[in-house]
Amino acid sequence: MTTVTDRTETARALAAQVRDPEMPMLTLEDLGVLRGVTVSDACSSGGSEDVGPDGSSVVVTITPTYSGCPAMATMRDDIRHILHDHGFDDVRVAVQLEPAWTTDWITPRGRARLAEHGISAPAAAPKRSGPIPLTLVVPRRVLHCPRCDSSEVELTSEFGPTACTAIYRCRTCLEPFQHVKEI
Amino acid sequence: MSHVHDHDADHSSVYDGLTGGDDSQWAFGTDFEDPLAGVDTTIAEGVDAAALAAYCLMLGDDALIYSHRLSEWASNAPDLEEDIALANIALDLLGQARLLLARAAAADARVVPPMPAGSPVPAEDALAFFRDEPAFRNVRFVEPDNGDFAVTIVRLLIFATYRLALFERLTGSADPVLSAIAGKGVKELTYHRDYAGRWFVTLAQGTVESRSRLESALTLVWPLHDELFRSHPIEKLLAGQGVGVDPADAAAEVDVLLDQVLSVSDLDRPSVAAMGPVSNGTGRDGRHTEAMGHLLAQLQVVARAHPNGRW
Repeated sequence: MTTVTDRTETARALAAQVRDPEMPMLTLEDLGVLRGVTVSDACSSGGSEDVGPDGSSVVVTITPTYSGCPAMATMRDDIRHILHDHGFDDVRVAVQLEPAWTTDWITPRGRARLAEHGISAPAAAPKRSGPIPLTLVVPRRVLHCPRCDSSEVELTSEFGPTACTAIYRCRTCLEPFQHVKEI
Repeated sequence: MSHVHDHDADHSSVYDGLTGGDDSQWAFGTDFEDPLAGVDTTIAEGVDAAALAAYCLMLGDDALIYSHRLSEWASNAPDLEEDIALANIALDLLGQARLLLARAAAADARVVPPMPAGSPVPAEDALAFFRDEPAFRNVRFVEPDNGDFAVTIVRLLIFATYRLALFERLTGSADPVLSAIAGKGVKELTYHRDYAGRWFVTLAQGTVESRSRLESALTLVWPLHDELFRSHPIEKLLAGQGVGVDPADAAAEVDVLLDQVLSVSDLDRPSVAAMGPVSNGTGRDGRHTEAMGHLLAQLQVVARAHPNGRW
């Protein structure tokens, strides 16, 4: 017989390996959007109809990267599918808004994977207190081309193909690349 | 909520044979999802639920209507980078609108228009697509046509500066849901404001043509600027309860920031009269400009044609 602790570990490991649909080199754990996995057994659920035949229900909590991130629905579906496929019949995916996601939660492994796939990882997110200053000059980030490692790079746009990336161009190898912008 | 698909009940769908009951092939899933699923939406003691719902509609409608307007630039912007940038900004605002409309519905279900029996439309969609114009509480500032790129940049700069000032204050809201939505929104709006501010200065310091377009744009957009800071009784009430923000309290800070951009651009505030209220009311009271009806028609037509539709 497996315990709730074992089931929680299994469920957590399964949810952690779900990939981000827009940056599939990252798992939800790498990206830092997986906030918690809890499993409760039938007894603590009070015999609710929602509890599956295995007698446990799983709640996976994720947080959006950006408010309008369209990947959230896919993440939810993918979490449900992988858990269903491994015998968890009652799966709920909950949203956690507070504290808001920050790029600081992207794990070291996630950063390494971004670099391997030609995407520049974010630096430390800005720590602010007091009113946010207006920045009329183009931000200067110290970063390197993920392909040739040159530091001669220029910002093309703060808004890239996904909500979380900016577009850069390397002046040495002339290739464009994405940078996960710090938030 | 049951996740088990009822195949017997679905035989009327000609697509059943194609899907085999497996949702995973659909890019964004086949179920409506509550953007606040699992979030505790209990209302704190001493907070007026009806006022909170109305206030969330105000902030949510500002974002929804402006998101729709900005999204009209998709495939029409001066170049691909601006196309993507404006679409990204519209997407952020749409996300904020979804959360705020869902929060409004959770605070007071009476704001949600009634739907036909069996309609699968969730509350946030009912609010976006099935309310009539007088029930929208957005400021008129976000309604007019985009105009040229200069008009869009001037309006975006003022809107993002205004909204960021409100959201910075809302991070301390006594409503934890509103505070969390604001905390996320602040990060997004910072990028929107910087984007518009940089383009404003670029157009001002660009060519004779870009500068003259910018000057015309300022004159065109400015008459609705004052309405942003006109306190509505609901905003005042909720500011008093520590939940909302009285926009008049943010006016001075917004002014300083706008003057900073104008000063770098060597431009003055336009001396044009503010557009006054209509029948003593403004956008927050459901009194809108002519552009609003056309915008809503386009925004709502498909959803209204299929009130029982599954997407």
